[in-house]
Amino acid sequence: MEFGERARTYLGGLAGQVRFSLGDEAAAFGALFAGCRFFGGYPITPASEVAETMARELPRVDGYYVQFEDEIGSIAGVVGAARAGARAMTATSGPGYSLMQENIGYAVMTETPCVVVDVQRSGPSTGQATKPAQGDVLQARWGTHGDHEAIALAPNSVQECFDLMIECFNFAERYRHPVTFLMDGEIGHLREKLVFPALDRVRLFPRGGFDPADEEGLITPYRDFGHGEALHVTGSTHKENGMRDVVTPEVHERLITRCCAKIDRNRRNLYRTEERFLEDAEVLVLCYGAASRPALGAVVRARRQGRKVGFLRLKTIWPFCGDTIAGIGARVRRILVPEMNLGQISREVERFVRIPVERVSRIGGVPHTVDEILRAITREAP
Amino acid sequence: MNGEDHPLSKYLRWEIMPTTHCPGCGGGQVLRAFIQALDDLSIDPESLVAVTGIGCSSWITSPYLKSDTLHTTHGRAVAFATGVKVMKPESPVVVIAGDGDLSGIGGNHLIHAARRNIGLVVFLVNNFIYGMTGGQVSPTTPFGVATTTTPYFNAEHPLRIAELVAAAGANYVARWTTFHARQLIEAMKEALSVKGFAFVEIISQCPVSYGRRVGLRDGLAFYKHFKERSISVEDARSLPESELEGRFVVGALARRNRPEFTESLRRLNEEACRAG
Ligand SMILES: Cc1ncc(C[n+]2csc(CCOP(=O)(O)OP(=O)(O)O)c2C)c(N)n1
Ligand code: SF4
Ligand SMILES: [Mg+2]
Repeated sequence: MEFGERARTYLGGLAGQVRFSLGDEAAAFGALFAGCRFFGGYPITPASEVAETMARELPRVDGYYVQFEDEIGSIAGVVGAARAGARAMTATSGPGYSLMQENIGYAVMTETPCVVVDVQRSGPSTGQATKPAQGDVLQARWGTHGDHEAIALAPNSVQECFDLMIECFNFAERYRHPVTFLMDGEIGHLREKLVFPALDRVRLFPRGGFDPADEEGLITPYRDFGHGEALHVTGSTHKENGMRDVVTPEVHERLITRCCAKIDRNRRNLYRTEERFLEDAEVLVLCYGAASRPALGAVVRARRQGRKVGFLRLKTIWPFCGDTIAGIGARVRRILVPEMNLGQISREVERFVRIPVERVSRIGGVPHTVDEILRAITREAP
Repeated sequence: MNGEDHPLSKYLRWEIMPTTHCPGCGGGQVLRAFIQALDDLSIDPESLVAVTGIGCSSWITSPYLKSDTLHTTHGRAVAFATGVKVMKPESPVVVIAGDGDLSGIGGNHLIHAARRNIGLVVFLVNNFIYGMTGGQVSPTTPFGVATTTTPYFNAEHPLRIAELVAAAGANYVARWTTFHARQLIEAMKEALSVKGFAFVEIISQCPVSYGRRVGLRDGLAFYKHFKERSISVEDARSLPESELEGRFVVGALARRNRPEFTESLRRLNEEACRAG
């Protein structure tokens, strides 16, 4: 990826700088370092600071911020900008994420790389607009209609908002797929230390690049508009040359199975996890995002009490690392899943293990406490 | 004459012809006028991006026009095109879609793109009906007409979409019908030439899903109707609104010179960088 001169000067000048930053701001800067040059947005708590940061910073790297009339327009503009050659993104929260779903499906079907940040808040509907939650996890998997795979990552610190955002862009480019960055109001509005890397240390997957790991050739070559190739891009079922064919069953089957397989067969290359104390663990605490912070606190305290408790944090939520979990699940007595919803990932874990999965749910807009997770750990299974 | 020999054939993907439009549909005329306008202006189709929504009218260029073509979701073409234009300000970015697509489900995108005055060229093909889905009432269906979803009569009033876009701030707005073949090409050329948001409402015919409900059974009946019921913008000015009901006011409705959005964005970037 080639950075323009302005971007090189400005972002290069930030190398090594330390800031006390919001998660939302860190995500925005991560996007700039990932080469993002188009942001389509619409204000919503707790994601507005991503838009505000991009509106301020994008002009400094010769990028463009457009505030659309709604979130449907935002994601549409993002896909348009992506086809015109830009790395592009939007940021929203639950209500806006719901509005975007049709066009996220369009990005899946047209294999257009783009990134959607969802800083999750309490729902359904307007819910507790200013309170954090993790209620959009399954929407990130199944929000758009039809058969498809999904890619979603979840950070649990301000630095990770920056670091994983770069990963989001790389996954989007590598797999030609929309990627959801599943933040939450807790992490988005957290203020912590952020260290900027040197620009030349950031590894970016080139637009339309070839992935040597894709041995089966499931990821087809990508071309931007503007090269005199008369490309046709459609969300309708299409043949390999892009031309619409909505009547031949085999054409649809071939397209959809390939689009699913390009994620599923390569899924191990997409897994990102944090694993601690797993070697001798008898009890597993499996978590992600905001809930993983008190969860780690509880696991450390349980260890101090001599309990054999392990910690598995999913940074990649989708594709789901069921095979990893099945391996650990076969070795432990209990699995606890603290999450800020009524059990969305718990249900997914159940598909991969033989023991009951204990939900440690918390809703209402307040994060778990270390104590309540510790109590769940120390309470033996019924 | 064989299609490939036609002087305008270079603008079309002949290998997938014929189009799927019904006999007598106005879609073919819109396409013919559009590629004539491109040719008159010597616009290289390779430099152009054509964006469409969903509907018969959205199939006019997707995929038949031999340029980069983005066939998007229902109502959202203008928003997709906005992303394209911001990143490719030097390319003509043209949206063609129907009345349902652009003035119904996508009406808000249209209004705000006009307000932004982004340099898109939008041709709205108004056939007064949801054609592709089989003749349901649309925002432009005249009062009183029976459709599949207004089986008794349409109790709503039609939207004057070109006037709305003009009020929203577009630099160029015009309305013509498929009967006005020459004027339509000239309006398309003006739209392709101006800076800022350019919009042409093209009153067109759908004999299949609309015409048969109002006694206009083929293309010819529609031309007669369009000819008889059209009135120029200038002549319309002296008439009270009540006398314009059911008439097609044709001509240019707005010519302005407000700054174009992507140019303003580029100026903004210069200022942001100078400010450091
Ligand atoms: C979100 C969504 N809603 C509804 C539809 C169904 N639909 C397809 S075409 C169409 C109407 C198109 O009417 P118009 O834009 O006037 O185009 P025409 O076919 O008349 O040229 C509708 C409602 C859709 N594809 N997507
Ligand atoms: S249904 Fe109407 S608008 Fe659609 S192709 Fe047929 S005549 Fe044209
Ligand atoms: Mg119509």
